[in-house]
Amino acid sequence: MGLLDRLDNPYETGGIILGTLEDILNWGRSKSDWYLHFGLACCAIEFMSMNASHFDFMRFGIIPRATPRQADFIMITGTVTLKMAERIKVLWEQMAEPKYCISVGSCANSGGPYWQYGYHVLKGVDRIIPVHVYVPGCPPRPEAMEEGMMKLQSLIDRQAIFRKREKLAENENLIKSNKM
Amino acid sequence: MNTTEIFELLREKFKDAIIDLVDNPPSDSFINVVPEKLFDICLELRDNPEFDFDYLMCLSGVDFPTNLQVVYHLYSLNKKHKIVLKVTVPKENPKVPSVERIWRSADWHEREAYDLFGIIFEGHHNLIRILLPYDWEGYPLRKDYKEPETYHGMRVPY
Amino acid sequence: MTTRKILDIDFSRIDTDRMRLNVGPQHPSTHGVLRLEVELDGEVVTNVIPHIGYLHRCFEKIAENMNYQQVIPYVDRMDYISSMNNELPYVIAVEKLLGLKVPEKVEYIRVIMAELNRIANHQIAIATFGLDAGAFTPFLYLFRDREYILWIFEKATGGRLLFNYFWVGGLANDVYPTFKEDVLNIVKQVRKTNKDIEELLIYNKIFIDRTANIGVLPADVAINYGCSGPMLRGSGVPFDLRKAEPYSIYDRFDFEIPVGKGEVGTVGDCWDRNIVRMREIEQSCRIIEQAIAQMPDTGDVQSAIPKKVRPPKGEVYFRCENPKGELGFYIISDGKDKPYRVKGRAPSFVNLSVLPEISRGYLFADLIVILGSIDIVLGEIDR
Ligand code: SF4
Repeated sequence: MGLLDRLDNPYETGGIILGTLEDILNWGRSKSDWYLHFGLACCAIEFMSMNASHFDFMRFGIIPRATPRQADFIMITGTVTLKMAERIKVLWEQMAEPKYCISVGSCANSGGPYWQYGYHVLKGVDRIIPVHVYVPGCPPRPEAMEEGMMKLQSLIDRQAIFRKREKLAENENLIKSNKM
Repeated sequence: MNTTEIFELLREKFKDAIIDLVDNPPSDSFINVVPEKLFDICLELRDNPEFDFDYLMCLSGVDFPTNLQVVYHLYSLNKKHKIVLKVTVPKENPKVPSVERIWRSADWHEREAYDLFGIIFEGHHNLIRILLPYDWEGYPLRKDYKEPETYHGMRVPY
Repeated sequence: MTTRKILDIDFSRIDTDRMRLNVGPQHPSTHGVLRLEVELDGEVVTNVIPHIGYLHRCFEKIAENMNYQQVIPYVDRMDYISSMNNELPYVIAVEKLLGLKVPEKVEYIRVIMAELNRIANHQIAIATFGLDAGAFTPFLYLFRDREYILWIFEKATGGRLLFNYFWVGGLANDVYPTFKEDVLNIVKQVRKTNKDIEELLIYNKIFIDRTANIGVLPADVAINYGCSGPMLRGSGVPFDLRKAEPYSIYDRFDFEIPVGKGEVGTVGDCWDRNIVRMREIEQSCRIIEQAIAQMPDTGDVQSAIPKKVRPPKGEVYFRCENPKGELGFYIISDGKDKPYRVKGRAPSFVNLSVLPEISRGYLFADLIVILGSIDIVLGEIDR
């Protein structure tokens, strides 16, 4: 994962680590994500235990923010109803780029147990905002949320900052040739 | 007091406004009343020290094939007895007097019944939708309700 | 005792405009997706209009389309903090319709699980109430303990939060062999933490200043608004369904009903509501200990589960003492295998409706404390 591997043994090279500026920026970004907590339903209670003693979410360098302006990513934890959906859209639009979204729980992913007769439930938050990581479960265990968080971190680690277009094309080639 | 005694006493006072008493255990027994007199009956039930129903446990609307029903579950904290009242109204013009001024807990329950069944509670001070958005169309808990295709541009069905 | 109500000031001398402030639907201290429209005069709250429905998940419609056993997972998701307590009235209501009697062992396990979940619920309630008043440390202690309770649930049922454990006529599975010891250990741990919390939070001077004499709810108003649970008991009314109409096997246990006495302020203030929860944890511990001692070791927990749940025509309203108050289910059966109508009478729904009444005349910062003291869960309010 770029910089981190080299950090493992910095003294081998005399204390000097060589890497691209992009690596350093991404490393910093992925290790200090601030999130906009969007607790909606039962999943939010599991998310509360994440923040508490046993699971200690903050060791990922993650701090809850109450405002979208300071947040790097948004965690949609719970059932999105139609009445709520428009507010989520507004909040998402208020967040500053670069921004990410983790959808936690079956409800946010696809409507969950309410997919069939829930006339007032939005069947998946990805119908209104883009989602980067899906965490399945009803409710997902806190470990699953941590896993989702790590997935997001590795996604940020790999992100292109300079020469975006070329990198994207490269990535696409890689995907096409099944190397990723 | 059990439901039969309450029924007898109410029958004496309100005559034809009390329709009948349905009692077939194990299901709860209940008293059917006419909607026009509902407010007076409820006031009597609360203020008469013999009844002393100071606590409205639950107010629910029910949709039956031919008509709508409102069910009141009452309880007395002092006397520890309970009773179930029912009023039946036609589907075309479902109007029931509001009991919000008797038990304040009826306020939100009535708004909910209006929201989900479209039952109009006459005399309610603020009868607007409570759970669904204010611009929602239709009354979802009626049996013939069809969920909308879209709401504000969002697709509703799966 | 002086009350903190300061609306009696002659505001006509002061030139202020009423201001409308919107709190929520996404706000850290509204305990979910509640939206409050607050009318302020300076910093004094003159009116509050709660807007709910941001989590309306169509429980009642779904219940009409599922058969009786399938409704239980949705019942779990109403009050997701105390799922066991939610399942209890529902299964008892359906059993009543069916005329079913469940084995002795099932009753005991149900009571133990429900009381454990009551403890877990009150721990969250006190923790978040502390958070609202600005105390973060008790939150960490209480959540640590709650996690231990969740471990028991997980071992016994497989779920941490939503269990689907009580079935109509029995349980999903028997408890594991070391269940009794584990539960007794938890009880010990809970008692220890309770002592810590009393020192850390309850009798803390700052906490008392923030919560005493705030949001006073007189008993007659509480009854007229249909409040129940710690809200009603905090106002000094000793009404508990476990004592008033003992369901399941609650008549076999010896416990007390804690009520608010106005120890540090007025009867029915926020502090009283909170102390009722504290004391209820202790009473739940007592019930659990007695139940563990009486619980039979043998017995099949699934022997009474009917192959097909098809109650005869009829209707039933059954209510239980949920941690938040009186949770009732009104079920109408038309003789088919799906309920004709299920209505959940949610305690938080009714308790929240009293918020405008008790927050008028206090400061805006107090409003958050008052809301925290009601202990609402939006999943249950909106269903
Ligand atoms: S996925 Fe399950 S636990 Fe999460 S909000 Fe939906 S119903 Fe609740």
